[in-house]
Amino acid sequence: MAVKAWHVTTAKLLLALAVALMIAKVILPPELIRPPEWLVLPFADWINAAFYFLQNDLGLMSLTRAFSDVVEWLLNVTANLLYGKSRWPNIGPIPWGVIAATAFMAGYALKGWRLGVLSGGTFVWIALMGQWQWAMETLSVIVVAAPFSVSLGLTVGVLAWRSQRFERILNPILNIAQSLPHFAYMIPVVVFIGVGPKAGAIVTIIFSVPPMIHMTLLGLKKVPDEVIEAGKMCGATRWQLLTRVRIPTARAEILIGVNQVIMQCLAMVVLASFIGMPGLGQKLLQLLQSLKIGLSVEIGVTIVLLAVTLDRLSKAWALRLPAHDVPSPRWIDRNRLLVIWLALCAAAFVLAQIFPYFLEVERKQALSVAGPIDSLMDHLIRLIAPVTAWLRWFLITWVLIPMRDAYLWLPFTAVLMLLAAVGWAIGGLHSAAICVAYFGLIALSGWWDRAMITVYMVSISVFVAALIGLPLGIWAARNTARSARILLICDTAQTFPSFIYLIPVIMLFGVNDVAVVAAVVVFAAVPIVRYTIEGLRNVPPELIEAADMGGATRRQVLWHVRLPMALPTMLVGANQSVMFSLFMVIIAAFIGTQDLGQEMQRALSSTDVGKGLVLGFAVAFMGLMTDHLITRWSEDRKRALGI
Amino acid sequence: MTESVITCSNVSKIFGPNPAQHLADMKANPGLSSAGYVYAVRDVNLEVRRGEMLVVMGLSGSGKSTLVRCLSRLIEITGGSVTVEGRDIASLSEPELIDLRRRKMGMVFQSFGLLPNRSVLENVAFPLEMRGQDRATRYARAREMLDLVGLKGREDYFPRELSGGQQQRVGIARSLAVEPDIWFLDEPFSALDPLIRREMQDEFLRLKGMMNKTIIFITHDFDEALRLADRIAIMKDGRIEQCDTPDQIVLHPATDYVAKFTAEIDRARVVHIGSLVRPLSGPASGEPVAAQRTIRDLARQLVSDNRSQIPVADAEGKIIGSVLRQEALDVLLGDGR
Repeated sequence: MAVKAWHVTTAKLLLALAVALMIAKVILPPELIRPPEWLVLPFADWINAAFYFLQNDLGLMSLTRAFSDVVEWLLNVTANLLYGKSRWPNIGPIPWGVIAATAFMAGYALKGWRLGVLSGGTFVWIALMGQWQWAMETLSVIVVAAPFSVSLGLTVGVLAWRSQRFERILNPILNIAQSLPHFAYMIPVVVFIGVGPKAGAIVTIIFSVPPMIHMTLLGLKKVPDEVIEAGKMCGATRWQLLTRVRIPTARAEILIGVNQVIMQCLAMVVLASFIGMPGLGQKLLQLLQSLKIGLSVEIGVTIVLLAVTLDRLSKAWALRLPAHDVPSPRWIDRNRLLVIWLALCAAAFVLAQIFPYFLEVERKQALSVAGPIDSLMDHLIRLIAPVTAWLRWFLITWVLIPMRDAYLWLPFTAVLMLLAAVGWAIGGLHSAAICVAYFGLIALSGWWDRAMITVYMVSISVFVAALIGLPLGIWAARNTARSARILLICDTAQTFPSFIYLIPVIMLFGVNDVAVVAAVVVFAAVPIVRYTIEGLRNVPPELIEAADMGGATRRQVLWHVRLPMALPTMLVGANQSVMFSLFMVIIAAFIGTQDLGQEMQRALSSTDVGKGLVLGFAVAFMGLMTDHLITRWSEDRKRALGI
Repeated sequence: MTESVITCSNVSKIFGPNPAQHLADMKANPGLSSAGYVYAVRDVNLEVRRGEMLVVMGLSGSGKSTLVRCLSRLIEITGGSVTVEGRDIASLSEPELIDLRRRKMGMVFQSFGLLPNRSVLENVAFPLEMRGQDRATRYARAREMLDLVGLKGREDYFPRELSGGQQQRVGIARSLAVEPDIWFLDEPFSALDPLIRREMQDEFLRLKGMMNKTIIFITHDFDEALRLADRIAIMKDGRIEQCDTPDQIVLHPATDYVAKFTAEIDRARVVHIGSLVRPLSGPASGEPVAAQRTIRDLARQLVSDNRSQIPVADAEGKIIGSVLRQEALDVLLGDGR
């Protein structure tokens, strides 16, 4: 307790110092308001020099080119199979009916006819809407990238599990990698590989490896000791133990890793349109930029359907529990699913040979709902335009601009002191030092103003998201069926690539800060709602019963039992929320913000690796600092509550 | 009979930052502080004889599970030596150790240790697969083992589809698949309900009767130990407090700790008349009683018999001595503790 009190006192002192710096701003020397020129270190030049060295002097270029040639060859094979690009093996395209039938059977076999209809229906929708080519371009990258990521992640995960030293080195790298925004990955890839599908595939591979490593490690560590001992006592060698005991027993975690890889791949492939990756993402980008709402909604629906299908299929695979079959002597009974699948494929194939419609839906044959959507949206927008226009005006002039100016007005020394105070209050000297170090580095990078704009966008978005998410979560948690429904919505919403969230907000608010904040708010509210529900639902029932028997009202139970017990879980949600909004703010840059994201886009178009990575790290540091603070706080609360 | 299969001499297992160094330091200077070190097993001397069933009994944290893992070298010991069939197992190379386990040892685990992704049949066949036997042979053998433990018809089930008792039957079948000479059972029935536990003990006794194996059985249940053991080793804080037959432990507990366990036990059900045998002093008259019967079995006779000395005969009917009726009655009535 004494230690805690001392923490609070020091924190208060630091806070007072921060306030003093703000008050005294007028008389402060300029060096204390903004990092002076001589303090700004040329990180970008150093990184560029390092990359130049890697690229030219170390001969890494030829290595990456060789790797990318392999990837390109595989991409050509899948491209030929999926949409008939004229490359080896020249047998494609596979008729869309065959792919839809296969998707249907995969869903049916994994979880039953509902998942079958969802996955088969997705491909039928894509084909009928005339988006087959684009969707297959996107899918062909995932088909190539996901296996690469999975095997890479599995290998690295096993190595990290075998060597503690390697794991210690790897962990911080993974943490940074998982908080680097998408664009930061693209720039080095553009330097090494150039633009186009193979660059898109490679950036996708790199981006989606970390969760696989993480899940492999987690799974291998969770294998029960007795299972391993049983394996040893059965006389398994180390290799047998790894391949036949540990990895199969860690199956569920590893397959969840596969699921995450696939979802990350999809998110990245869509964004890789920025570096010339053709497919759904590029189409969506073009349509959004030319404000063709109806058509972009169509593409958006496709991406969402694809995301949900891929997520549900891979999750069903991961969570499938082994069950015995009733032994049957007849071959056809034992292989019923295989027979049905072959029959469906054959039927689709024959249909495609007879009617070209079933081989490929021509653009002019495609259905489209863009017209009706456009006119509907026109009506709707005209109807609510006064509201949105007023809201936009109000938010921009009275909330966003004043807040932005306030953030920019702050002397950087005051911000550092403020963060030190928060750090000290939560985790003492250690946390304070971490906070100051991360933000100090951002100050040294010379992008302070841009960074503050990012911070302002993220903080207002998370604040608004919490205002919406917390009551919604509390309301949903009151009832089992309701919380299950809302959790399902949250889960589904989390599978959408972040890009999708931009469609409705652009529709409503046009291209400006309000749209960005609105998109980020929606994106960031999802984890808050989700973890609030989970936290509140998982409070031990005995505690609530004890409070009820103590005569507490519902409000008292909520305030004194449920919320305090749920706080650690809710903090995890807040943490994710901050991470999501950082990513989203950066992605939203292309609809016009003036923060780090915009600069990152510029770095991308001028392939300036140094600048891009410095900006990326600045974003990562913000995320890592928040992550440190919230995790620390949440763990302290957990310990205090004994959970 | 007295040939020993496993010999432990001064076996210690210490957990901590640098256990080997610590053990050496302690030898040189016994007064040293052992803060930061946990003695899971200390100075254990034990002999397991061919064909016997040794039960290691102790409460949780007494080091019994660690000890059995030292015997199979699932964990490396800190000091002392473990000899299995004349070979110091610490000196075995990895392939030799694997070979030893593949040929000689079987082990059953408390929470079964089954592979969740394999069917019952594949689980039982697993040790054979490790030995590189072909599929047909190992499945045939696995089916045989499943028949033996009464799981015929469940071959294609997965562990999660079975009850705890059935899962442990799979564990037992797996451990017996390679026909081990030495059979380790680490609290095999502790995770089961009392009724199932009783059933599994009977099942175990049936299996034990069918084969001649050296068995090391770990339990925290004193009744279970009395029921199954040829000899019991009682452990506390990593040491063996007493290692003897159930009769001797019940009749002559070596320490107060052991006495706490035996206090509530109905000794008449445990003690065999043979354990009370003294050399004949003078002529014994009348019908002898069989040495392998418990005092409880003979209660009626002991009460009504009016001889002060009753002759005792071994399994072949040869008189091996006599018991004092008064002494037997003391055990029966719980007097003289």
